[in-house]
Amino acid sequence: MNTLNKRRLGAVALPVFGAASILLIWQFLVPALGMPAYILPTPLAVAAKLVTDWRFLLENARPTIIESALGFLFGNAVAILLAIVFVHSRTIRGAYFPVVLVFNTIPILALAPIIILIFGLGMLPKVIIAAVICFFPTLVNMVRGLQLQSANEMELMRVLSANRVEVFLHLRLPRSVPLLFASLRIAATSCVIGAIVGEWIGSNQGLGALIIQSTFNYQSDRLFAAVFIASALGLIFYGLVAAVEHRFVRRPR
Amino acid sequence: MTSPIIAIEAAGLAVGYPDESGAVAPVLQGVDLSVARGEFLTILGPSGCGKSTLLRAVADLLPPSSGKLSVLGGTAEQARRRRKVAFVFQDATLLPWRTVRQNVELPLKIGRGAIETPIETDAEEWLALVGLAGFADRYPNQLSGGQRQRVAIARALLCNPSILLLDEPFGALDEITRDRLNDELLAIWRRTGTTILFVTHSIMEAVYLGGRVMVLAAHPGRVQEILDLSAMKDADGRSAREAPEAIAAMVHLRGLLAAGASAS
Ligand SMILES: Nc1ncnc2c1ncn2[C@@H]1O[C@H](COP(=O)(O)OP(=O)(O)OP(=O)(O)O)[C@@H](O)[C@H]1O
Ligand SMILES: [Mg+2]
Repeated sequence: MNTLNKRRLGAVALPVFGAASILLIWQFLVPALGMPAYILPTPLAVAAKLVTDWRFLLENARPTIIESALGFLFGNAVAILLAIVFVHSRTIRGAYFPVVLVFNTIPILALAPIIILIFGLGMLPKVIIAAVICFFPTLVNMVRGLQLQSANEMELMRVLSANRVEVFLHLRLPRSVPLLFASLRIAATSCVIGAIVGEWIGSNQGLGALIIQSTFNYQSDRLFAAVFIASALGLIFYGLVAAVEHRFVRRPR
Repeated sequence: MTSPIIAIEAAGLAVGYPDESGAVAPVLQGVDLSVARGEFLTILGPSGCGKSTLLRAVADLLPPSSGKLSVLGGTAEQARRRRKVAFVFQDATLLPWRTVRQNVELPLKIGRGAIETPIETDAEEWLALVGLAGFADRYPNQLSGGQRQRVAIARALLCNPSILLLDEPFGALDEITRDRLNDELLAIWRRTGTTILFVTHSIMEAVYLGGRVMVLAAHPGRVQEILDLSAMKDADGRSAREAPEAIAAMVHLRGLLAAGASAS
């Protein structure tokens, strides 16, 4: 076996080993310490719950998936559009960027009830909370990314008589792509958080609602199963973003 | 002043960079220069004297702070907007996410509204001319510094410009490649009739290529002398490198540069 394959194997095998060892300790330590199962279930009990209740869990995952995916698309789209406006108009940027900065200091947990109050108990407020969470990192990264072009590159564009749209499409946008994807990766997991926070506060379906209900009913195996699925959701979104980046961004290196 | 045979005309031209307060401290001043269409002018001068700055003014990347500058019978801006001027920058300025071919073809993608006649050349053709035939699908970071510079030259040539500004294009090349590219450039110049302004630090190169050599001095940046070499040029526009008059010209230029350097 050559060193490259060995390294690749290590990259997969080591974390798997690490996780397995922790689960194993958990599995035996919980009963050994006399911890009641309604407070902390064993990993096997959680796995069993995932198998027996998969239909119920999936039903509750569905609204969460829709809310977080829509929030991701909506929040990032608005952030990108606003960044484009900001880098092209100093006045608009001067007027509204500070407002957005201040707005961002409001904790999402404080903002969520207000959004629910305004938009009611349907899916829309959850989508909005997920979107708000995604919005800010992407806006800041995009505003920076769209201004990464060097003075030399701008001179090249000028000599070639490029108009604003061409400078944007052929210089600013490609320069911003690495930073855009960096923030999309962050948004991939945070949009799930947004949806779940929204469901905590005002919903009777979705993973967030399930988490709250299971906690109050001491159904800890169901609680852990819901948490597991929420985390898997974030990972899947992250994988999708990484796949899109891999597909569309050719990186000469 | 709008003579059809004059490509670039400067009278009392001063250029500089604005500081924070917007005031312009001139880098170059009192430049009087008249370049005929189809002329090959080489520019020598100590580092920091304003050679790149002069080219920037011609390309309308810097406005004159005083004096007059006309390019192709109009303002520098008009010439730039019609994309009559191509600029090979001191650093190649290739876009790293585009392949070599895509970099050379950049002028086909942008500024198309500016040009009168569509360009009908192929990137490959120009890449072959600068000795990079097999490199079309590489990315800029897979090239050496000299190769990148040659890609930038191919990109400028593809624009078919009336005025070609070259800022130390062959500085990063070995002597043999440089000699070959000097001859290629002269061949292109004769074929196209392009007006060329060519900045170099090599006295030999300046004499070999230039119909006239302009020497700039520093502190303050100004024209020290313009030396006419047309008498010693052969049919291809070259100076014989070892001819006594060429050597005399080089000695003279070296003296001028040394005097300019010691004066500063
Ligand atoms: N963007 C800029 N802003 C302010 N000053 C500048 C700028 N670019 C150049 N200068 C100054 O203008 C002067 C002339 O610079 P320029 O680049 O024209 O020199 P040069 O003759 O091309 O030198 P070199 O041979 O090193 O390339 C220098 O003193 C430099 O410090
Ligand atoms: Mg320079």
